[in-house]
Amino acid sequence: MAGITFQGVGKTYAGNVNAVREVTLEVADGEFIVLVGPSGCGKSTLLRMVAGLEEITTGQISIDGRVVNRLDPADRDIAMVFQNYALYPHMSVRENMAYGLRNRRTPRDEIARRVDDAARMLELGPYLDRKPRALSGGQRQRVAMGRAIVRQPAAFLFDEPLSNLDAKLRVAMRGEIRRLQRRLGTTALYVTHDQLEAMTLADRLVVLNGGRVEQIGAPLELYHHPATTFVAGFIGAPAMNLLDARIEGGRVMLAGHDLGPARGPEGAVTLGIRAEDMHPAETGLPMAVDYVEELGSGRIVHGAIDGQPVALALAPGAALPAHLALHIAPEALHLFDTTSGKRLPDALPRPARTGVPA
Amino acid sequence: MQKIKPLDHLILILGAAILIVPVLMAFASSTHSAAEIHMNGLYLAPGSEGVATYHKVLTQRGGFTGEVTGARMLLNSLILGVGFAVGKIVLSMMAAYALVYFRFRLATPIFWAIFTTLLLPLEVRIMPSYQVMSQLHLLNTYTGLIVPLLASATGTFYFRQFFKSVPDELLEAARIDGAGPVRFFIDILVPLSRTMMAAIFIIMFVYGWNQYLWPMLMTTDEGFFTLMRGIKTILQVWVGSQIPDYNEAFALAVLAMLPPLLVVLVFQRMFIKGLTESDK
Amino acid sequence: MTDTAALPPGPAPQAVRRPRKPHPPAAPAKRVQFDRPLTPWLFVLPQLLVVAIFFYWPSVQAVNSSFYLEDPFGFGASFVGIDNYREALSSREYRTIAAFTAGFCALVTGLALGIGLLLAVKADKVIRGASAYKTALIAVYAIAPPVTGLIGMMFFDMHIGPFKDLAALFGHDLRVGIDYDDTALALVTVAVWKQIPYNFIFFLSGLQSVPVAVREAALLDARSGWRRFRDITLPLLAPTAFFLLVINITYSLFDTFAIIDVMVKDKPANNPMTLVYKVYLDGFKGNDIGGSSAQSVILMLVVAALTIVQFRLIERRVHYG
Repeated sequence: MAGITFQGVGKTYAGNVNAVREVTLEVADGEFIVLVGPSGCGKSTLLRMVAGLEEITTGQISIDGRVVNRLDPADRDIAMVFQNYALYPHMSVRENMAYGLRNRRTPRDEIARRVDDAARMLELGPYLDRKPRALSGGQRQRVAMGRAIVRQPAAFLFDEPLSNLDAKLRVAMRGEIRRLQRRLGTTALYVTHDQLEAMTLADRLVVLNGGRVEQIGAPLELYHHPATTFVAGFIGAPAMNLLDARIEGGRVMLAGHDLGPARGPEGAVTLGIRAEDMHPAETGLPMAVDYVEELGSGRIVHGAIDGQPVALALAPGAALPAHLALHIAPEALHLFDTTSGKRLPDALPRPARTGVPA
Repeated sequence: MQKIKPLDHLILILGAAILIVPVLMAFASSTHSAAEIHMNGLYLAPGSEGVATYHKVLTQRGGFTGEVTGARMLLNSLILGVGFAVGKIVLSMMAAYALVYFRFRLATPIFWAIFTTLLLPLEVRIMPSYQVMSQLHLLNTYTGLIVPLLASATGTFYFRQFFKSVPDELLEAARIDGAGPVRFFIDILVPLSRTMMAAIFIIMFVYGWNQYLWPMLMTTDEGFFTLMRGIKTILQVWVGSQIPDYNEAFALAVLAMLPPLLVVLVFQRMFIKGLTESDK
Repeated sequence: MTDTAALPPGPAPQAVRRPRKPHPPAAPAKRVQFDRPLTPWLFVLPQLLVVAIFFYWPSVQAVNSSFYLEDPFGFGASFVGIDNYREALSSREYRTIAAFTAGFCALVTGLALGIGLLLAVKADKVIRGASAYKTALIAVYAIAPPVTGLIGMMFFDMHIGPFKDLAALFGHDLRVGIDYDDTALALVTVAVWKQIPYNFIFFLSGLQSVPVAVREAALLDARSGWRRFRDITLPLLAPTAFFLLVINITYSLFDTFAIIDVMVKDKPANNPMTLVYKVYLDGFKGNDIGGSSAQSVILMLVVAALTIVQFRLIERRVHYG
């Protein structure tokens, strides 16, 4: 078990395509790190560089203090779980799990012991002699996990392992992966494009965009203090509302309403507001209601403020009028630079909701 | 749903009859005596001379030197068919593996060098091929019979397509599992290709067994004659004889078509799959 | 069949459909490949050797000797430039044979494709007895061209052949092997008969790969079965049909060699033959190596052109399939 260090890691493909740029990250021993971002953001490439499936163009990756840039995948002491499981179709579940150990000349009784342990842990005992084709999607997923577990590697690498499962199974497997990782205490790097999956699994999230790291932090830290408009729009469902506003005379102004004090430079600014931070009131910011999504436990109201689309999260209740007036607490405002998308100093000191210093 | 019209069945029955009846008649006629055929024409019902005719064709030494039997020709055809199919599978799987799974500088030129062979069938370069074979002293050898037919990329093409359709992650998982190139090939890729290999074996066996021109040129020693070569011989002998040995010619034809026919019909599903798609 | 005849009309569709991460330009076959200097050579070498010795060497020699006039008794050869080509192309006999070959190709290809398609469409429709029909229609594929030639010869035989009697009913005296047109008819019949199963197999598999949803949508959109066939099925079959077209031309050019050899039995004097057969006759019977080689090269060009067309079609299927 070991930590993983990224030092200025970059990947350039032929034709000067920069898939990953300058990633620096310290993963602690036993930590569960989720790499998240839209498709093409470089998260898979980054993971595959750790695995040794992609060459590292610049920088260094170390596992357990050892630089692995030039090492063969088999020598990096990692195990990987693939999106399509990549089980060997002609081998039984037992053979699939044992193959890597066999290639490492692990003694036979040791292999048997580890496979049995893993099978017990994953409840795969009854299926050990079946071929992958005779298993359900969830069971195949477990076998893929089992194959990683028996190796007792320094780190687990997960490449969108739940994407091929249906929604219900995905939630169940998510819990299982988290439990297993805690129990084994093995460092894990996990790639997903699903921000909900990322939030629920991670000790820390790494949000990637266009090959660059946008922000690294605990899930709630990212939720409450997104460093960029990209993170604000990516983390959370519904995404944070991002509106064109202005700072005038030290006040945030939207549609002629004064929303509170601001420390940023005067002029155009991007204003971020979480859907749950806006509340209907007697007077306030006018919102035209377009349509309502009833979720049962709550409702999402879609509409527009000042002609800009917004979403609003409300408790279930009576029918809504076509026009709402909204109250927003000044400390719920997030301000971003309009051109760079970077976060501006807070309008007001924010109560530390996460317990993590920002 | 669509209605089934009797006309459809009529067309199919007619088509099937046109294709199958001549084969049945060839078989039926082979069980009659030459004289009967000479008098009455071809038969659709089996006769009583079958055992004697087939016994004669299989065991009687014939040909110009009186050395080759039908059984020997059957064996030679088998050697050609199986040898060709196995050789093709081994060579082309290995070549396709190198082309798909390795990064090496000359891969593209080699790819083209191999795939250009698809451009020109053996028939257009038959004369110089013969000369090359005689320079290499390979006339009248099994090597000369089989190996030159392997100089074509069909099998390589099939396997290349197949290997490309194998998920990338399988190789990646195997590499993380510590498998090198040889081990990955033997442990993963070969077992994975079993269906594909079987389908190609069937197609190539039929192709090799049915070869005509090449064996005809390569073999002057009757000990190497295949059944196809025997057909040519039996027809040449006819010139001048009173009543041609129709029955023996038919018997030889039946012997020559039965093995590939059986292979194709028994493994019909696999054969069609192998022929029409390389999608597994 | 020629070797190429076994090529499938398109490569594994799975490989095409599978969603992938965007590749860098000039993407290799696999995302990850082995990086060893020596190993790939060990794997590719056997095939390369066979190809070099038995394909390139003779092919180069064919081109080379097409520029020489070889002494029939083997005493050297003299360079004659393009004389062999000129002679071949200007010879009346060569032109007649070329014309016959073209007509033969057109007839065999047209008939074999047409009948194969008709049977495939019908076999695709019926449910009862479908597999029996299929088996019967496929069987002949396995039979070697010389064997079909032999069977054909018997059927057209002047003494025992049933076709002789059949023609007599129409008042025609069928004299295969003696009369040029009658022999041509017999050759075309046998060549078509042999090729129907191949076309049938591909057309049927093409038809059966038309998705059920498309068929059902067609049922809703067009009442007439013929219209459905013409507007929906036929366009979807087009790639298969183009592929088969090339295969059938190649077949009638080359694979009919054995049929011709068996049916005209070394008595080519007054009988029709194809260009390939002439290459063989001039080379092996006439000992005109230069002339035969020149004809070989001409044929090579024709086949190479055909095959390139075929590859383009395959490629198109890869991209738009």
